[in-house]
Amino acid sequence: MNDDTRVTTQEQAPQRAVLPAVDVYEDETGITLLADMPGVARDQLELRVEGDALSIEGAVRAPTPEGLEPVYAEVRVPRYRRTFTLSRELDPARIDASLKDGVLTLRIPKQAHAQPRRIEVQAG
Amino acid sequence: MYESLLNYPNTWFGEFERLRRELDETFGGSALPSSIRSVAAGSLPAINIGRTSTSVEVYAFAPGLDASKVDVTLDRGVLRISGERASALPQAERGKVNVYARERSVGKFTRAIALADDLDPAHVKASYKDGVLQISIARRETAQPKRITVQ
Repeated sequence: MNDDTRVTTQEQAPQRAVLPAVDVYEDETGITLLADMPGVARDQLELRVEGDALSIEGAVRAPTPEGLEPVYAEVRVPRYRRTFTLSRELDPARIDASLKDGVLTLRIPKQAHAQPRRIEVQAG
Repeated sequence: MYESLLNYPNTWFGEFERLRRELDETFGGSALPSSIRSVAAGSLPAINIGRTSTSVEVYAFAPGLDASKVDVTLDRGVLRISGERASALPQAERGKVNVYARERSVGKFTRAIALADDLDPAHVKASYKDGVLQISIARRETAQPKRITVQ
């Protein structure tokens, strides 16, 4: 394969990525998602909501000294990507995201009208 | 009976068997030699190791740890990384919380890696950033490559 073909295939095909491990739980006011993305700095993280699809993607950047040659590797694909389908009662406009020590935490609140409320029964 | 079915190449089973073998070969599940201290894929933390002419760099992908509680020791060329990760899932008020995915491993872990003998245990640096623990161990001067001038 010569250099020209390699460049074009890289541009066309999406970059290989692995699924990050996640925890997902729901309480009355929304859904919390935690994803393990070690090695991803804040500026390498990309969160996207398109329609009802929420995708998280991040590239691993580790500081490497000059002349480093790999000896052994368990992390071979330096990119995480995962997509989730949101349901209608969730509010994608108010997603709260934080990234700390390689753990991404997303808080996806429910729409205000979807939150449970108590219905008073009027005495008639 | 199943054995003969599996070995027969033109059945469904034969196709699956061939696929399984190919996957094993690709992902290293076969009888290839592995380190005696290797762990199952997906265990915390994953480790990458690199080498320069002056140091050995170990990268442990361990997200969400308290760096002060991570224990790193180097003893007779064996590097040990141990620590603990607490569950991030809410424990109390069960019934109000539904857990859908619980993939992130929690609890205590230890990983040990045998490194080369030419390392200098007096010059080890460890740092923790973005969930990656980087350990840099200097190689002994005598082990570093030297340029020899031809007279």
